[in-house]
Amino acid sequence: MTSLFQEVSPGAAEETPTRQITVTVNGESRTAVVEPRLVLAHLLRNGLNMTGTHTGCDTSNCGACTVLFDGKPVKSCTMFAVQADGHEVMTVEGLAGPSELHAIQEGFKEEHGLQCGFCTPGMMMASKALLDENPSPSEDEIRWALSGNLCRCTGYQNIVKAVMWAARKLEDQG
Amino acid sequence: MTAVDEIKIGGMGASRRRVEDNRFIRGKGNYVDDIVLPGMLHMEILRSPLAHARIKSIDASKAWAMPGVRLVLTGETMAARNLAWMPTLSYDTQAVLATDKVRFQGQEVACVIADDPYIAKDACEAIVVDYEPLPVIVNPTQSLAEGAPLIRDDKENQSNNVVYDWEVGDKDGTDRVFDQADVISKIDLHYPRSHPAPIECCGSIADFNRATSKLTVYMTTQAPHIIRAAVALVAELPEQMIRIISPDIGGGFGNKVPVYPGYVASILASILLERPVKWIEDRTGNLISTGFARDIYLHGELALRKDGRILGVRMKATADHGAFFSDAQPSKFKIGLMHSAFACYDIPNAHLEARGVYTNKAPGGVAYRCSFRVTEAMFFQERMVQAAADDLGMDQAEFRRINFVRDDDFPHRTPWGFLTDSGQYGKCLDVGLEAIGYEEFLKEKEEAAKRGRLLGIGISTMTEPLGAGNSREYDILGIKMFDSAELKIHMTGKALLRTGAKTQGQGHETTWAQIVAHELGLPAEDILVEEGDTDTAPFGMGTYASRSTPVAGAAVAMVSRKIRAKARKIAAHLLEISEEDVEWELGRFYVRSQPDRGVTIQECAMAAYSNMPDGMEPGLENVAYYDPPNLTWPFACYIVTVEVDPETGVWDVLRLVAVDDCGVRINPMIVEGQIMGGLTEAYAMANMQFITFDEHGNCIGSNFTDYLLPTAWETPGIELHEVETPCPHHPIGAKGIGECAAVGGPAAFVNAVMDALKGTGVRNIDMPVFPDRVYEALQTGQDVSGAPPVRTDET
Repeated sequence: MTSLFQEVSPGAAEETPTRQITVTVNGESRTAVVEPRLVLAHLLRNGLNMTGTHTGCDTSNCGACTVLFDGKPVKSCTMFAVQADGHEVMTVEGLAGPSELHAIQEGFKEEHGLQCGFCTPGMMMASKALLDENPSPSEDEIRWALSGNLCRCTGYQNIVKAVMWAARKLEDQG
Repeated sequence: MTAVDEIKIGGMGASRRRVEDNRFIRGKGNYVDDIVLPGMLHMEILRSPLAHARIKSIDASKAWAMPGVRLVLTGETMAARNLAWMPTLSYDTQAVLATDKVRFQGQEVACVIADDPYIAKDACEAIVVDYEPLPVIVNPTQSLAEGAPLIRDDKENQSNNVVYDWEVGDKDGTDRVFDQADVISKIDLHYPRSHPAPIECCGSIADFNRATSKLTVYMTTQAPHIIRAAVALVAELPEQMIRIISPDIGGGFGNKVPVYPGYVASILASILLERPVKWIEDRTGNLISTGFARDIYLHGELALRKDGRILGVRMKATADHGAFFSDAQPSKFKIGLMHSAFACYDIPNAHLEARGVYTNKAPGGVAYRCSFRVTEAMFFQERMVQAAADDLGMDQAEFRRINFVRDDDFPHRTPWGFLTDSGQYGKCLDVGLEAIGYEEFLKEKEEAAKRGRLLGIGISTMTEPLGAGNSREYDILGIKMFDSAELKIHMTGKALLRTGAKTQGQGHETTWAQIVAHELGLPAEDILVEEGDTDTAPFGMGTYASRSTPVAGAAVAMVSRKIRAKARKIAAHLLEISEEDVEWELGRFYVRSQPDRGVTIQECAMAAYSNMPDGMEPGLENVAYYDPPNLTWPFACYIVTVEVDPETGVWDVLRLVAVDDCGVRINPMIVEGQIMGGLTEAYAMANMQFITFDEHGNCIGSNFTDYLLPTAWETPGIELHEVETPCPHHPIGAKGIGECAAVGGPAAFVNAVMDALKGTGVRNIDMPVFPDRVYEALQTGQDVSGAPPVRTDET
C-alpha cells in the first residue's frame, strides 16, 4: 500500500471533500485520498508519478491519456479517479516486463511508429487492447481500433506497421 | 586493418532505429508537464470571451480570497512592472495581459497562481471582468472598410488596420508581358486559417531563485536561445542568469516558436513568489490563442503564350494577421517567403504585392510545418498552374514540364531573386506519373465519366527554400540565422555532441550521431546528443522552417571535420611521420606508403589527453558555427487520385504518390517518416482542418470536437518514391525535408477534386474541401468561398 501526501493551504482542508480509493495499477494495489473531481489521468501522473500517461485535449478526442481499465481502453482524462476504486488500471509503465520490452513497444521502435513520442503511450495501450481481442488484425481493423488516438507526426502508416510487427512477434512467441 | 563499415556503425544512409525511442516507448519521456519541482505552484489563465471589447473593470477580490490562491496577475500588475506589452518576433507589440481592451476571443486577461491547478481554475472563474463590447472585425474586407473600428488604438501613428504594404518584383516588366500574352489566367483563392495543434499544448515552469539570482525556465520552445535573448531584453535580466531548458517536446510544427503571454506571466509570478510556477495550457487555450497559420487571400494571374509557356506572374496577397503581428519569420520579409512561389518554373517576369491587416482574431501567422509562408506560396502556385493548364486546354503534367527549370539551367535565378542550385524536376515528375499510371488513369477516368462517376487526378510539383539563413539575408530581430554544433571527444573515444537546434520528434539524437559517424568513423551509438539547454548548448536559432539539417546538421559535419583535422596532427605524431604523409579512411589514419600502419580515431582521442605532440593544446573538443551560403532547394512531386460522389460531395482518395528529392538522406527511415507526416497534414488541410470565426469573432474550432484532425481511419495510404540530387553547397549534400509534403501536398488533393469537377464550370472550392462545399459547387456550378464569417443561426 502506498500513502499519498499533499499539503493543502489553510481553509482548503475544511472545504475540500475527499474520498479514499484503492486502485490496482500495473498489478500493484495503490491507495490514495482524492478529491472526487480528480480525473484519473491526474491521479496517475501527479499522485502516482506515472507520467507516461499524457493529456492532450481534455475532451476525449486525442487519446494520449489512453489506459486499460479492467483490460478495456479508456481515456483517463475523462474518467474520475474515484470511478477506478476497486478496479484494475494498466498504464504504459506496465507494458514492459522486468527485463524485456513488450512486443508492441519493440514494434513501434522497429517500424518508426513514433516521432515526438507524445501520443505513443496512448497509441500503444490502444494497440494492446486491440491485440488482446484480435491477435492478427487486418490493416483496416488496426486503423479502426486506433481511430480514437490522434498522432500529428507519423501519418499513421508506420503505426499500423508497428502493430502488425507486434502481432507477428506475439504470434511467434505463442 | 581497413576502414570501418559505415552502415554497420550507423553512419549516413543507415536506417538506424531511433535512440530517443528507448525512453518514449517506456513512457519515460520528459515533457514539461512531467517535471515537478519542490514547492511548485500552478498557474491558469483567464481568457476573454469577447473578440473586441473595452475592459471597464476587473474585480479579482473573490479569487484572492479563495484558499490556496497565492497570486492574481492582471494587466495592471504587469503594467506596474512595464510588462503589460511585449515585443513580437515581427517588430510589433503584443499584450501580455490586457490593460485597455481585448482584441480577440481567448486573449489573456488575468492569471491565477495557486497550490493546485484545480484551485487555480476555480479562482479564474471567480474573477469578474466588466466588458464594453466593440464592433468586431473577422476578415480583411471588414478590416479595410471605410470607417472600420481601429483595432490597434494602442499604437501611436496607427490610423487604420493595415499592418504593412510590401511588394517585390518587376512591376513594369510584368505589366509588359501581360500586354503581350495570348491568354491571361486568373484565379481567386483563400488559404484558410489552420492551427498546428501538436498533441502536447504549450507550457512552462519558471523557477526564480532569489539566493542565486538565477532564473531557470523549462519551456515548450523550438528555439531556446532566442527565448533567452527575449527574456533578457523584455524582463531586463542579465542573460547569464537566464537558463532556458527545452525538454522533450510533444510536437512543435511552428506552434512553439513564438513567445506567449503564459511564459512571461509564469516568469513574473515565479520572481514575485520566489517559487517555481508551472503553466500548462489547455487545448482550447492552445487553439484559440497561440500561433495560428495561413489565413491569406490571393488574386493570382498568369500571362500565357498559346504554346503553354508562362510569360509572367502577378500575385496580390492579403494576409489576415489577427490582433497582433506576431508572425515568426525573417524580419525583412513581411509576408515571409511568399515570393519563393514559382521557383521551379522558368518565368522571366513576376510581381507580388502583399498587404497585411489586423483583425479581431488570434495573433500568430506561424510557419506551420512551413518555411515562412511557402505553404501558401506553393499552394497558390500549384492551383494557379492547374487553372492555367485548364484555361489553355493543356494536359496538366505537360504544362508543368514545359515550364520547368531544366536540369542544366542551374544555378537559376528565380523571377523574385532567389537562387536555386540543383534539381531534376522533370525526372521527379516522370517517376510520379509512372508510379500512378498516369495514362491508364486518364483512360479510366474517361470510362468512369460515361457511367456518371467523377474521378480526378491532381498534381503538385514544387521546389521550396528550406534552411534559413544565410545570415546576409535572414535574421530574426537582427539575430543572424546561423546555427551551431559542439563536439567533445572523450579520451575513450566516446563523444558528446550538442547543437543549437532543438528536436521535437525529428530524431536529432539519432541522426546527428550518424553525421559524426560519417565524418569520423565513430560508431553512432558512442555519441550522445543533447539539445535544448541554453547553459550547455552552443548558441543557435533553433528548429523550425526545416532548418535543422541544412544549418545545424551542416555545423555537425563541420565541427567533426575540425576534430578530424586535429586528430590528423595527433596521428602524424603517433605514427612518427609528417602530416602530409597521413591518409584518412573512415575511422582511421594511416601511412600513405604503408597502409597497414595506422591509428584509429579512438587512439587519437586517447592521445589527445595522454600523449599529445609538443606544443599542441590538449583535448579533442571543438565548436562550429555554420552560416550556410544559400538555402537548400528540395523538390517534390505529389500526385493524388480521387473519386467524388456526385450525390453527396464526399471525396475519397484512391491513391497518393509522393516523389521527394531532398538530396542525400542521412537516415532514410526518418526522412520517410517526415514525408508521411507532412502528407497527412496536407490531407488534413485540404479535407478538414479549419479554424474559422462567426461574425462575433467566436472561434469555430476551439477544441478537437470542432477542429477536426485526421485519424488513422481517414488518412490515406502513402506510396513513397525517391530521386536524389545532392545539394551542391551543403557539406554532406543534404536538403531540408520536414515540411515539403505539408507544403506541396494540399494543392495535389484540391487539384484532384477540381479535376474531377472539370467541365462543371466550377473553378475553385476553398479549403477545406468539405463535402457540403463540393455538393454546393456541383449544384450551382459556382465556386465556393470559405472566407469568414461563417453564417450563424442569428443571421
